[in-house]
Amino acid sequence: MTDVGYLGAAAEPAPPGRREDEPPSAGPGGAHRRRGKPRSLSRDAWRDLRGNPIFVVSAMVIFILVLMAAFPGWFTAKSPTFCDLNLSRGGPSSEAWFGYDVQGCDVYARTIYGARASILVGVFTTLSVVLIGGLVGMIAGFYGGWVDSTLSRITEIFFGIPLLLGGIVVLLSFPSGADASEWQTIGKVVLTLGVLGWTSLARIMRSTVIQVKHADYVMAARGLGGSAIRILRQHVLPNAVAPVIVYATIVLGVFIVIEATLSYLGIGLQPPVISWGVAINQATEFARQSPHMLLFPGIFLSVTVLAFIMLGDAVRDALDPKLR
Amino acid sequence: MGRYVVRRLLQMVPVVIGTTFVIFAMVWALPGDPFAGKCGDRPCPAPYIAVMTDKFNLDEPIFVQYALYMGNLLQGDFGETFGGVQVMDELQLRYPATLKLALVAIATEILIGITAGILAGLRRGGFADALVLVSTLLVISIPVFVIGYLLQLLLGVKLELFPVTVSAGAPLNELVLPALVLASTSLAYVARLMRANLAENLHADFVRTATAKGLSRGRVVGVHTVRNSLIPVVTFIGADFGALLGGAIVIEGIFNINGVGGLIYGSIRTREGAMVTGAVTVLVIVFLLVNLLVDLLYAVLDPRIRYD
Repeated sequence: MTDVGYLGAAAEPAPPGRREDEPPSAGPGGAHRRRGKPRSLSRDAWRDLRGNPIFVVSAMVIFILVLMAAFPGWFTAKSPTFCDLNLSRGGPSSEAWFGYDVQGCDVYARTIYGARASILVGVFTTLSVVLIGGLVGMIAGFYGGWVDSTLSRITEIFFGIPLLLGGIVVLLSFPSGADASEWQTIGKVVLTLGVLGWTSLARIMRSTVIQVKHADYVMAARGLGGSAIRILRQHVLPNAVAPVIVYATIVLGVFIVIEATLSYLGIGLQPPVISWGVAINQATEFARQSPHMLLFPGIFLSVTVLAFIMLGDAVRDALDPKLR
Repeated sequence: MGRYVVRRLLQMVPVVIGTTFVIFAMVWALPGDPFAGKCGDRPCPAPYIAVMTDKFNLDEPIFVQYALYMGNLLQGDFGETFGGVQVMDELQLRYPATLKLALVAIATEILIGITAGILAGLRRGGFADALVLVSTLLVISIPVFVIGYLLQLLLGVKLELFPVTVSAGAPLNELVLPALVLASTSLAYVARLMRANLAENLHADFVRTATAKGLSRGRVVGVHTVRNSLIPVVTFIGADFGALLGGAIVIEGIFNINGVGGLIYGSIRTREGAMVTGAVTVLVIVFLLVNLLVDLLYAVLDPRIRYD
């Protein structure tokens, strides 16, 4: 899969909220105006983010999407599973803004209810990737030597399997039974993407740890007899937070796209799970006659991904003083 | 240089073994009876099971199975399917179309992506810059299969500018639209990466020196800046090649291309383990070789990099 780490330098719509007269936040310069009371990097980043319209807009979109996933009933009074075959493939109207799908279900209701599966897959996959990759990268970077070589080779092995290709092989090999519950299907997709997708994060984590390992304060902590766990928790982790958060936010969107692609192929999430990928899968057959069935779930999917990518961009701009 | 290549090739060996083993294990160690559904509605006759078990070494542990398989593979024998079709023949039949699709896609990626990136990076904040930033963001956020269907519908069916599907031989002119769709996401990343690097490198010392020496603007940008800015872009294209291969499976389905993607997809469905492992192994090796090539390209792009 795309190594989103490269986005690091790539995507940077300059946040208009930033002014030349604001000095870089990290280091002593960040303390200007209120002398003697230096702000922490996270404080400074937060102040920066609040003034960035891209962050505000994408955070609001994500907030609405999360509400949609948690309480779909707030957004639509219709049931996504109430379908009338008479209305099959009906176009958008005042009755149903997004029209009806092939089963005669309301596309708007199904799109709203579909948010949950996509967001769940995105969030949980990202969490598992952060856990696996973070752990592997931290151990490899911190202990070095043969531990590092072994773990790095394992990372390379998994890096050699393209994410989408591997996902297709795994998910086709372990098909869901007809009686699999919604959570089982979602769990399977999360597990697959998590096991295959952690390599980039492990690399980010490893390089951060190696960078920090030789810093004076880590040497000092060691000299004072600090245990490995303590050094990792107190010194290494705080340094790794920024790159990991940035990567995680952007890759969350990427995972949602991959989930949709797998569902579109008919092997990711499967009906009766309601998801945008499933909706698009069912719509493609009639894409030429009734494009609205494809268009609306597609738009929601794209807006979600866009929101996460822009959020990641904004957070990176705020957290990385070097880019200023 | 030669020694570096040899060292990298040797380093590739454990990775290739590991990756192919993971795939082999996933395909062959599947839960369930490998003969389910192989003989129509009735259960397979015992002699057939005996012959096939022997042929695929199914009674051996997975490690032995894998070692035997790799031993044959090294001698150029990809094995045959349950039905007796030579995997090699099928791969030779299917690979050209996918290879052509991937090559056209990469060419598109390089041509359009890098050009757009240069145009945007040369004048940051200008019209071209804004256009590139907004359009790439849009392309990145739309899943490739949605782009595929939309372009097929718009350019193929409605405007009739491109053929809607690709015919048997996969001629190059019919592959343009599928390749453009396949390349779309990567193309957007390439453009953004190129833009950011170019803008950064334009302020580098060697660029100032080149300008001070009195070189023309074209030479300063073309030779001194663009070449240096290409390194991260080339890295990205190499690492992204895997995504391209995965995406090819989706695109081949939409545009009805008779390539290796459809072969893998269909073979997993029918549980033709030999076919799946063969096809995926070749893909993975191609992917790893491309990444080796990328590493070697660094020295060409940046004269400061030497391998020995």
